[in-house]
Amino acid sequence: MKKLLIMTTALTVTGAAANAEITVMSWGGAYTKSQVEAYQKPFTAMTGISINSVDADNPATPIKAQVEAGNVTIDVADVEFSDAVRLCDEGLLEEIDLSILPDAPDGTSAEDDFIEGALQDCAVANIVWSTVFAYNKDNNPTAPDSIDDFFNTADFPGKRGLRKSAKATLEMALMADGVAAADVYDVLETDEGVDRAFAKLDTIKDDIVWWEAGAQPPQLLADGEVAMSTAYNGRIFNAAIAENQPLEVVWDGQILDFDLWVIPKGAPNVEEALKFIAFSTDTQRLADQASWISYGPARKSSGALVGKYSDGVTEMAPHMPTAAANLENALVNNFEFWADRDAELNERFNAWLAN
Amino acid sequence: MAELSASNDLVTADGRSLKAALAQAEARAKRRAFLLVAPLLAFVLLTFVVPIGQMLVRSVHNDAFYSWTDRDTGEVIPTMVNLRAWFAQTKAGTEPDEAAYEALVKDLVQARELKSIGQSATRINYEKPGSRSLFTKSARRAPRLEAPFKEALLDVDEDWGDPGLWRAMRDASKTVTLNFYLSALDFERADDGSIVSVNENRAVYVLLFKRTLLLSLLITGLTLILGFPIAFLLATLPMRISNLLMIMVLLPFWTSLLVRTTSWIVLLQSQGVVNDLAVGAGLLADDGRVQLIYNQFGTIIAMTHILLPFTILPLYSVMRPIDPSYVRAARSLGATSWTAFRRIYLPQTVPGIGAGALLVFILAVGYYITPALVGGSDGQLISNLIAFHMQKSLNWSLAAALAALLLGGILILYWLYDRIVGIDNLKLG
Repeated sequence: MKKLLIMTTALTVTGAAANAEITVMSWGGAYTKSQVEAYQKPFTAMTGISINSVDADNPATPIKAQVEAGNVTIDVADVEFSDAVRLCDEGLLEEIDLSILPDAPDGTSAEDDFIEGALQDCAVANIVWSTVFAYNKDNNPTAPDSIDDFFNTADFPGKRGLRKSAKATLEMALMADGVAAADVYDVLETDEGVDRAFAKLDTIKDDIVWWEAGAQPPQLLADGEVAMSTAYNGRIFNAAIAENQPLEVVWDGQILDFDLWVIPKGAPNVEEALKFIAFSTDTQRLADQASWISYGPARKSSGALVGKYSDGVTEMAPHMPTAAANLENALVNNFEFWADRDAELNERFNAWLAN
Repeated sequence: MAELSASNDLVTADGRSLKAALAQAEARAKRRAFLLVAPLLAFVLLTFVVPIGQMLVRSVHNDAFYSWTDRDTGEVIPTMVNLRAWFAQTKAGTEPDEAAYEALVKDLVQARELKSIGQSATRINYEKPGSRSLFTKSARRAPRLEAPFKEALLDVDEDWGDPGLWRAMRDASKTVTLNFYLSALDFERADDGSIVSVNENRAVYVLLFKRTLLLSLLITGLTLILGFPIAFLLATLPMRISNLLMIMVLLPFWTSLLVRTTSWIVLLQSQGVVNDLAVGAGLLADDGRVQLIYNQFGTIIAMTHILLPFTILPLYSVMRPIDPSYVRAARSLGATSWTAFRRIYLPQTVPGIGAGALLVFILAVGYYITPALVGGSDGQLISNLIAFHMQKSLNWSLAAALAALLLGGILILYWLYDRIVGIDNLKLG
């Protein structure tokens, strides 16, 4: 069996190398589109290496399966912070030599140019994104403006969309229950804190519609299936600006996270994958990406270059999760907490869901 | 007969012993027959027996804690060697002494060099949630730790003194463990190694096994009630009309499962066709739309529809050849139409009912994509949690244990079916 797997892998390797093509796995929808426009097209134009773009609900999940089976087809994947750390710790990722990353145009070294935490042993961040909640203006006579309103179905009637995962859901529940953003993980560390989060979720359990893929919440909101939904902020931006949907983001209680490029161990085209990562995370490319979707660039030097959305009218700055006005009550995802407690809390989350 | 057995020295035309010649011809025929089925045999072995075997092995054997595969060379390197040696020398429940801590520190140093610590830590995290960072953190500092090691490690984190953690490491060091089966049945091991129920707010698997069984039985019943009259109609109408009807049964059957499931979403969602019609007809108020999907009801409706052809087709194939004169004879002998149906017609369709029910039930028990899409939170089945552990939590041993329990359950039900109805009475088409 193993031999067969190795042989098929070998075949894929030689096959792929001959074509000079790399496979990049991302989250689909408007986000993948922004990467195709800002990174992939210019990369192919410059190097002649073509890119096969594939999507998953969460690209971290196929990596272990592929590496363990010895049949890796992904060269570069876009994953969340806690997944990047966990996969790296488990030896499932190639280490990335950070010296390949270009300096900022003003000569600042890459190491100083990236936001703190954006560079890891096996991962290079490209964007800062956030989980926010959004609402459909047509279905909410009074506009909700705080995370409390999301959990208040008495004053703000209607269904709620939530990602089917413990991560971010529990934090939001606690913030709505009055825990300050700075204390959320201290509270969630304790059993009482977890109970408290689930108790808060209980209050709206019957009104929740669960989503899994990032493209679902804008759809649920636009269809009027839910009155409010948590979502990745860029997806709402895209639906509101590019597709003219009456959707609005509420920044209160947003949860910030990185998305990082990683290379699965044993990827067929490591060298080209490294080239792609270095290319796509340079100052200009990260700024370009921000003109396609409202995610913040992971380099400080890119900030100044971010201008208007690709429609040429909309200013991007106020739509960024990192804009000062949006950071008033914001939580930064604690990757270590989730690398540690993911299994346990999701088990409890599943039990809570099923009961 | 007597003559044959006495005449051992019968020979063929070319002088060979008849017995040997016959045996040779028979062996040749057997070889040829074997060669004919060999591709099928290899296929079944490769795609069925081997994966199921692997799954069963994985459910009791998980070497992630003490074995590391170098991804570049493919070499398998034993890790946690010293600690395993200490476990081998001591009895379960032994208080860890200085020697144990020294072994642990040595192993942590090695694990840090190999970068295998994350894998070992994840394995322990299954048994003792929240201990993952304890390992990664301690491994980072391990090279600098000095004797006495017990104090040094407890200094890094006092959780190292937790007997539950040592119990978890001892269990994870064993080649064979039943702990994944315990988890799959909502049990866990206490710090002293005894088996206890998990906290009820984490218990989910038994509930889902029961729900899967109940919903599957319900769906099987529904498909029988809905499918029987259709099959009867198909079997008794003139060929021209019944062919048309048959196409209407088969068209959805040939349509992709995903398309059929998402069609149900379009129909049943609260802004969907059914609700819109009800609101339009004044049956429902606009703000009183009924939740028909993303719950158990959605799972039942969609699965019943999708599995319906699996009942209709075997029933039809059994009903078609039933001679209508039997029922006519019963009626002419004075039976009421109900009696004629119950005593004459129904018994003849039992092989079809059995086949349809068994087919639908077994398919329903393992159904995954439909409940995932339309089941919301209370319409999920056990297969959705197996998928969760395969794809998201990546705890494959637990997924394997759950799958093995499901497989075992189905085999028991199949055996019961054989005892009660008899598998010979099955007609699949």
